[in-house]
Amino acid sequence: MRSLAYTRFELVRTFRNVRLLVFSFGFPLVLYFLIAAPNRHEHNFNGSGISIPLYYMVGLVAFGAMTALISSGARIAIERTDGWTRQLRITPLATSAYFGAKVITGYTLAALTITLLYASGVSLGVSLSAERWLEMTGLIIVALIPFAALGIFLGHLLTADSIGPAIGGSVSLLALVSGTWFPIGSHGILHDVGQFLPSYWLVRASHVGVGGQAWSATGWIVIAAWTVTLAALARFAYRRDTRRV
Amino acid sequence: MMTTINLERDVELHGATKRFRAHGTVVPAVRGIDVSIASGETVALLGPNGAGKSTTIDMLLGLIAPDRGTVSLFGRPPAQAVARGQIGAMLQVGALIRDVTPRELLQMTASLYPALNVEDTLELVGIADIADRRTHKLSGGQAQRVRFALALVSDPALLILDEPTVGMDVEARRGFWASVRQFAARGKTVIFATHYLDEADAYADRVILMAHGRVVADGPTSEIRARVGSRTIRATLPDANRTALASLPGVAAADRRGEAVVLKCSDSDAAIRALLAAYPEARDIEIAGAGLEEAFVELTADGDETSPPTDRQEVLV
Repeated sequence: MRSLAYTRFELVRTFRNVRLLVFSFGFPLVLYFLIAAPNRHEHNFNGSGISIPLYYMVGLVAFGAMTALISSGARIAIERTDGWTRQLRITPLATSAYFGAKVITGYTLAALTITLLYASGVSLGVSLSAERWLEMTGLIIVALIPFAALGIFLGHLLTADSIGPAIGGSVSLLALVSGTWFPIGSHGILHDVGQFLPSYWLVRASHVGVGGQAWSATGWIVIAAWTVTLAALARFAYRRDTRRV
Repeated sequence: MMTTINLERDVELHGATKRFRAHGTVVPAVRGIDVSIASGETVALLGPNGAGKSTTIDMLLGLIAPDRGTVSLFGRPPAQAVARGQIGAMLQVGALIRDVTPRELLQMTASLYPALNVEDTLELVGIADIADRRTHKLSGGQAQRVRFALALVSDPALLILDEPTVGMDVEARRGFWASVRQFAARGKTVIFATHYLDEADAYADRVILMAHGRVVADGPTSEIRARVGSRTIRATLPDANRTALASLPGVAAADRRGEAVVLKCSDSDAAIRALLAAYPEARDIEIAGAGLEEAFVELTADGDETSPPTDRQEVLV
């Protein structure tokens, strides 16, 4: 009951912030149409047999959803600067309810980004079987869990003026080394390092849509390990973050 | 036995100490304070900037833990008292978060507590008329009142205010203190930090004066004033000799300001009798108690930062 009230409050606030919505939904869409629309009839991207609208739909789904979840950190940093986090701590709101509200809000934004990109893909001729859509989406949802924790962690670690570059930089870097923009292949340094990152498995999850395999055991272990680690860090950062900022 | 004592006391601080690390050095913010506040008291935590008021308040609220010493509210650790909804607080730093209305903010906060009285709170604080505006469109004074309402909406037993009137104009300040009084009149305990002497003087039953992280005086406002001793007698008396005036019984020092003389008295009753006996022509006589301001300056001025707390306590208490 309490957690629901706070979650509802968070969602209402978030969906009234028009600028936030314009940029979190608009940016991946604009990027998608800029890349995919002129090449909508290219059905054999780099000789892979994959169409460009499909390849960049799944790539931007990974990128957009990851951004949506990490960006909760920016909202948290601003709330801290406003003293709101301190104010909440002198109410009986449970830590779990606070985390729950942040995660649900992040996932809601991610879900809308994903839906909009799927619809855009379909509008450019993407067509997949129902099983592919479901398997891809299910794995993406799981792969996003560590990013929800990462957003909360960064939000309680950094300040409002440093979080922008931190989020922008980490999202770009993770997207790049994980194969969002171009395939990183199955060997070489990018692959060797990438496979230990949650973003690599997020992109792999989205690549189920382009005919990729579902995760190996390594994928599940990497995602689980990052979830546990980042959740613990987020909890730690939240707990010690009681000072005036 | 301990339980009985704790139940009577809303707030207990024993030897509470807090240091911060800043740029490689350790800065002591609070150096071992003992404070005990009973139910229903309105207490001002008074002191210049850097005296340790906000750190003390953060310890009271459980936002920071003391390095040494103990803090308890209603006989429990602060976090437990907070979880039970017994504490309401208005913190010093605070913009309101955007994209909501004061009513939504209060409703959400109230939903975290058993008691729900959003409309009462809107009335008490006088923000019913702005309850449905967006928070980021409110003026500074209006936002302060909304923050005050957030502290009150749970109907707490203990209200803690950290420099609540900073940024309010005179009118807003008056309205604010009227609401605080109304709240305190229900038998609630109120603690407020301020560096405004007039606020401590006008609204507190008791003043805890802090300087350099220590409590340098603690008592009823009148007692703190009296601690600097003296009253002053001022009279128009053009021809009197200053040395003669200073030697009158009850007079500690005499000063001349134009036609007037100002006598600083150790015993103003004796002094006024002697003065009138010796100088029946004295006119425009005023007798005034020392202001809290003089007490404030005197008690906080010489901060020997390294002396142990007991030294000062002995001198002043």
